[in-house]
Amino acid sequence: MKSRIVLIVVALLLLAGCAKATPEAATGEPRELRVMVYDSFSVSEDVIARFEAENNATVQFLKAGDAGKMLNQAILSRDNPQADVLYGVDNTFLSRALDADIFEPYKAKNLTAIPEALHLDDHYRVVPTDFGDVCLNYDKAYFDEHALTVPQSLADLTKPEYKGLLVVENPASSSPGLAFLIATIGVFGEDRYLDFWADLRANDVLVVDGWDTAYYNEFSGGAYSEGIRPLVVSYATSPAAEVYFSEGALTEPPTGAVTAPGTCFRQIEFAGILKGAENRDLAEAFIEFLLSDNFQADIPLQMWVFPANPNVTLPQVFTDFALEAAEPAEVPAAAIETNREQWIEAWAEVVLK
Amino acid sequence: MPDNIDHESQITSRNSQLLTRNSLLALPLLFLLLFYFYPLGEIFRVSLTWDAGPAPDALLARLFGPATLRTLGFTAGQALLSTALTLLLGLPGAYVVARYDFPGKRLLNALTTVPFVLPTVVVAAAFTAVLGPRSPLNQMLMNAFDLAHPPLDLRYTLGAILLAHVFYNYTLVLRIVGGFWANLDPHLEQAARTLGASPWRAFVDVTLPLLMPALAAAALLVFIFCFTSFGVILILGGPRFATLEVAIYRQAIDMGNFPLAAGLSFVQILCTLALTVVYTRLQGRLARPLELRPRWITQRRPRTWGEIAFVLANVGLGAALLGLPLVTLAARSFDAGLRYYTALFENPRGSIFYVPPVAAVGNSVKFALGTMALALLLGVLTATALYRRKQGWMLDALFMLPLGTSAVTLGLGYLLAMARPPLALRGTPALIVFGHTLVALPFVVRNVMPALQSIRPSLREAAATLGAPPARVFAEVDLPIVWRALAVGAVFAFTVSMGEFGATSMIARPELPTIPIAIYRFLSQAGALNYGQALAMSTLLMAVCVVGFVAIESLRPPGSEW
Repeated sequence: MKSRIVLIVVALLLLAGCAKATPEAATGEPRELRVMVYDSFSVSEDVIARFEAENNATVQFLKAGDAGKMLNQAILSRDNPQADVLYGVDNTFLSRALDADIFEPYKAKNLTAIPEALHLDDHYRVVPTDFGDVCLNYDKAYFDEHALTVPQSLADLTKPEYKGLLVVENPASSSPGLAFLIATIGVFGEDRYLDFWADLRANDVLVVDGWDTAYYNEFSGGAYSEGIRPLVVSYATSPAAEVYFSEGALTEPPTGAVTAPGTCFRQIEFAGILKGAENRDLAEAFIEFLLSDNFQADIPLQMWVFPANPNVTLPQVFTDFALEAAEPAEVPAAAIETNREQWIEAWAEVVLK
Repeated sequence: MPDNIDHESQITSRNSQLLTRNSLLALPLLFLLLFYFYPLGEIFRVSLTWDAGPAPDALLARLFGPATLRTLGFTAGQALLSTALTLLLGLPGAYVVARYDFPGKRLLNALTTVPFVLPTVVVAAAFTAVLGPRSPLNQMLMNAFDLAHPPLDLRYTLGAILLAHVFYNYTLVLRIVGGFWANLDPHLEQAARTLGASPWRAFVDVTLPLLMPALAAAALLVFIFCFTSFGVILILGGPRFATLEVAIYRQAIDMGNFPLAAGLSFVQILCTLALTVVYTRLQGRLARPLELRPRWITQRRPRTWGEIAFVLANVGLGAALLGLPLVTLAARSFDAGLRYYTALFENPRGSIFYVPPVAAVGNSVKFALGTMALALLLGVLTATALYRRKQGWMLDALFMLPLGTSAVTLGLGYLLAMARPPLALRGTPALIVFGHTLVALPFVVRNVMPALQSIRPSLREAAATLGAPPARVFAEVDLPIVWRALAVGAVFAFTVSMGEFGATSMIARPELPTIPIAIYRFLSQAGALNYGQALAMSTLLMAVCVVGFVAIESLRPPGSEW
């Protein structure tokens, strides 16, 4: 018996030792602000350091998977929020976040600098921070070699000359995949998008799980692409990233983005203060900071999307090679939320079965 | 059973042994309770009372509808095929590992375990490089037969899934069966041969029955791994295939349908439970006490040309199956000379999430060593307590459950349960070690248990009769014999932790990134340098693991010749 008690005591001691001691909130000690972000979020050290110095805070980032995974974690743990601020819910998932009521309203002062078109919540529960266009990317060399014109509309993709050339991501598991599906719904309407996809399937479209598989394993255009398909659903900024990450080896992108009207979907990303945030005032300061020139100017090279504030200076590689969609397809956020699951299931029925 | 001590004292000693065994179980059970049942209970409780969920009857209709049955059928079918194929290819390899000694064997042994730690995305890239449309093999075939399209493309087929499962799990058969086989007395089979049995007959009638405990343990682990397969299905199988695990992930993460995800998780757990119960009940019957032999008796150099050819054929098979993708991967990381490696040490954009490679390696190794230590402690306690208990099979099955439980469900459970006292561990490094240990523990138990069961009770009884207390008996009798099994268990515990990504990404804090997390970060953006650095980091991961495996295996108690 004795040995058992000893074991239990040892176990409890182990657990007690492992539990993190809560820091004493003494005056003058920097307070900790926790920010939930998706995996590919990034920011410069000095930019954050400035916020920390100005607000006597330390910022603790919490990476929680891709955007969808992060949001569902935040919704699931809304009674015990993991963070004070959530960054990175996009317009395809915004309604779910708002319906689940995880954000506190806050009318940011710096919001005045952001174009009206990016404001999607009238109740100020979230602020737009950046946007990026999901567009077709093409392998320049392939189109040159085969003297093929680059498709200029989604309907073009069903033409015989593009048979077997396109790879897309599964909308059920990939954020650009979902954006592209929504673009087709915006362009063809709810009654005809499935016909388009049936034609696309007949034209031998390849569906893969995620962006990395599509871009690196199936697409042929990137400097490191292993695949043989010259058309992929990616971002309008991917060609610029190709140049930047070639470290001078490339002066021109090996790929191009199709930004013709009605071919892209604009993903707008938002940030908001989570309900139950421990440091409300600090969270407000952080929201202002996200909209400040300091942070906005840091966005392009860290995350390869455009800052929401149109007045900040873009880096050279962006002004040279990053494109913006001319007239992205539009679908209201509320319609996306109501129908997302049903659209994906109907799509899977047509494309995967 | 040799009864050289009288019956009554045997019973008394049994009773006191039973008491000690029960107390050994306290710590493992407490661990399981706190880090498995408690978070699982939390996620089920929250999911089933979720306000935005479907009505109960609609939920049940969907849960037991044709879609679930189809998924279940595919899940079990592909797992069965994968297990059969892995055993078929792995058994000859296990024989070679067990019976022959040849130069470079230890390194080869370590290399076979490498696939186990590699993230699926990286493996998919390696497979594509070897078998994909642009691979040298396809180019050659296209040139030779003047084809317009690459003739070989396994990707997004059932074949790709099976091949990847063999790639990942080959080492389980090699290690668990090979390790056990290596200590089997070869004279038993030789005696059968002397008595006129053909080699096949001798194998089937003598060796195979003796191998059964290890074979069943390996088969169970492979099956459960394939049954709960996730990344392989998504990335190599493509969106047309879905296992239960994939369906659970889709419902929980993509659809936010927590009640259905919980229901599917429950189905998955029931299947695992049923399977492990059958196995653990069988296990007791399969095991028989043996005279185990040290390796210098059981192993020798291959002598005849036939033997040499057999060894070479198996090494060749392993090399083609495991080596080719790995070597291709490593080779490509040097495409730009050392640039991708030097880039790992730079942070030109000043990102706050920059992971210095040394830190990533350090974090990974620390978590892995912590996991190994805890899993060994708990695993040895569990195996010692259970291996001769009458009702041990029930508890034994319980300890297998975490392996067959949906990782995403458990991860979400951790998120809820570890958010507040009594276990406010969310975001602590300790939680990562606990999470990894939960998955590593079954590997230690499955390796140690067959070894313990194979020890003749007379050995222990003799030691006890000579006055050795139980701890001494364990240290002097059991430990030297189970040392090999322990080392194999340790290697797997280390490996499970090194390669784990899903749970870590959910419960880790970004300031303690592991190598797999760093790899995924590189793969999330376009551009040569990002891909190159992911390859370099993967190669680094392989190297760290090989060093780790060789180090673990060369640690043995002084004087041990096993």
